Amino acid sequence: MLNQFMSYLGSNVTPGSANNQLWALIYVLIIFAGVSVAVICMNWIERKALAHFQIRLGPMRVGPHGLLQPFADALKLMLKEDIIPSEADQFVFWVAPLIGLLAAFTVYTVIPFGPSQAVSDMNIGILFMLGVSSLGVLGIVVAGWASNSHYPLIGALRSSAQMVSYEVAMGLAIVSAILMTSMNASGTGTLSMIEIVRAQQQQGVWFIFKFFPLGFVAFAIFAIAMVAETNRAPFDMAEAESELTAGFHTEYSGLRWSLFMLAEYAAMIAVSSIAVTLWLGGWMRPFPNLLHAPAWDFIFSLFPGLTFGGLALIAVIGTVRMPPHSFFKVQRIGLAVFAAVLGLIGLLLLVIAVAGRTADTSLASRFDEGIGYVYWFVLKVAVFMYLFIWYRATWPRYRFDQLMRIGWKVMLPISLGVLILTAVVGLIFS
Amino acid sequence: MNPAMNPGVVGNMAPVATPWFFYVLAGLAVASGLAVITRRNAVHAALALIVTLLSVAGLYLMLYAPFVAGVQIIVYAGGIMVLFLFVIMLVNIERASKERRFNRMWPVGLVASCALMGLLISAFIKGRALFPDRMVALPEASNTQQVAAMLYGEAGKMGAYTFAFEIASLLLLVAILGAVIMTKKKI
Repeated sequence: MLNQFMSYLGSNVTPGSANNQLWALIYVLIIFAGVSVAVICMNWIERKALAHFQIRLGPMRVGPHGLLQPFADALKLMLKEDIIPSEADQFVFWVAPLIGLLAAFTVYTVIPFGPSQAVSDMNIGILFMLGVSSLGVLGIVVAGWASNSHYPLIGALRSSAQMVSYEVAMGLAIVSAILMTSMNASGTGTLSMIEIVRAQQQQGVWFIFKFFPLGFVAFAIFAIAMVAETNRAPFDMAEAESELTAGFHTEYSGLRWSLFMLAEYAAMIAVSSIAVTLWLGGWMRPFPNLLHAPAWDFIFSLFPGLTFGGLALIAVIGTVRMPPHSFFKVQRIGLAVFAAVLGLIGLLLLVIAVAGRTADTSLASRFDEGIGYVYWFVLKVAVFMYLFIWYRATWPRYRFDQLMRIGWKVMLPISLGVLILTAVVGLIFS
Repeated sequence: MNPAMNPGVVGNMAPVATPWFFYVLAGLAVASGLAVITRRNAVHAALALIVTLLSVAGLYLMLYAPFVAGVQIIVYAGGIMVLFLFVIMLVNIERASKERRFNRMWPVGLVASCALMGLLISAFIKGRALFPDRMVALPEASNTQQVAAMLYGEAGKMGAYTFAFEIASLLLLVAILGAVIMTKKKI
């Protein structure tokens, strides 16, 4: 077992390709923990950002600036009574949130956080992601039906119609990106997530900028469709609270409801990862081919540490700006500790970055490289996560007929046109 | 060794696809298939059908056909079954499950299923003679590319199945148009 543990450290392929089950399990656990932490962070950021968009303060009481609010929420949800309506279909009601959660988390096995920082690299990577994430809608549909109540049923019907319609445009946009991977010397494309990023590196361009504006339009179609696929505002018809109370999860409470929320946020991160992988160069830092001198490598490897340093600085400013009143004493200490933790993480990352460049151990440089890959990937995904909040704060909800019209009569023709044009332009230029 | 580097090598360690997986998946497929035809509640039957389709996708994976497995999940489990559920949810299941079944088709169904069973058994017994000893083995690491080469052929050449494939897609398109025209009087 120790042998299996150590033998992988020197390799530069994914645990799946190295056929190393132990490390695959470790990666799965890391990703599971990471996604859960990301969902907790997202919960806090969404509430705070939405509040600031609306000129409110948002959560301020639980912890300094409401930092402990997600934990308080989680505790509340776990202690809450878990009600199953007596007229509901017990088994299906019980199994529905699990379907959504399973579909949302299974997708993470192929997401490439780096060239070897993925659980496995499948030959059908993107196809697998599309297929499994489309199973998520089953959880919603079945939950709405099993509740045996009107609003959830309407929410489920809306959701299934919406997801099936937008999947078509989404799939065509993805196909046009996959077509771009085949524009190399051998003329063979790929569906593997890692190879798609490598293709962008070889062609020296992120696919969002390739054949401008074709790549950009395909990306835009995907970016719109992915909001609809995850049932987020302005496409949140399935849970439209002003019309359907809470849509498909009206009858759910407590832990089961929180599983739906977890699945929704995990699915958001997953579709953002698809967008980042296909169009925004995945794990690659900006200009990996142009600025590839060791000095540039070093400068870019400082970024993770500096980001955490910046976050620590914001926390320090927050500590200083606390009103000088004995009521805020505990909060001030708490925020100072938080700033110290962030600063220490930043310092650790800086030390690793310096050690990775100067020390001659391959392990340190490999670790440093890995941190760099994961950092750039997560940063790009984080931009999308912020966009999700921004959309929600900015745009009013669509009406259902408008939603269907946009999906079938605008997005589908445009994505088909982009696909054909990409093929034609690719034939001319290769 | 990275299998992606040299297609044809399935991996230099023991394959994960052990008989144990096959029996689990096959058992699941048969059990959920039985549930599809025995459940009175249509939604339960549809859910069981999804389990069947997924376990069949798992069987495709075991046969080193990941592309077919992926398409199976997308098209059947993800697409068609959502539409099935969509329609079933609009039906009043309470009433439908209480209604007496007056299905006169069962003798025909019995004959048809017995005939299919006989065909499968005879194929199993005479399998060695019917099919070539070695089927086309598509390497797992470049499965999708190999499927594409068979369908569309190598660069410049026409594939063995290009015509049949295109005709089949045209047929599906005609079926879609026919369905639209039949249901919608004014387009």
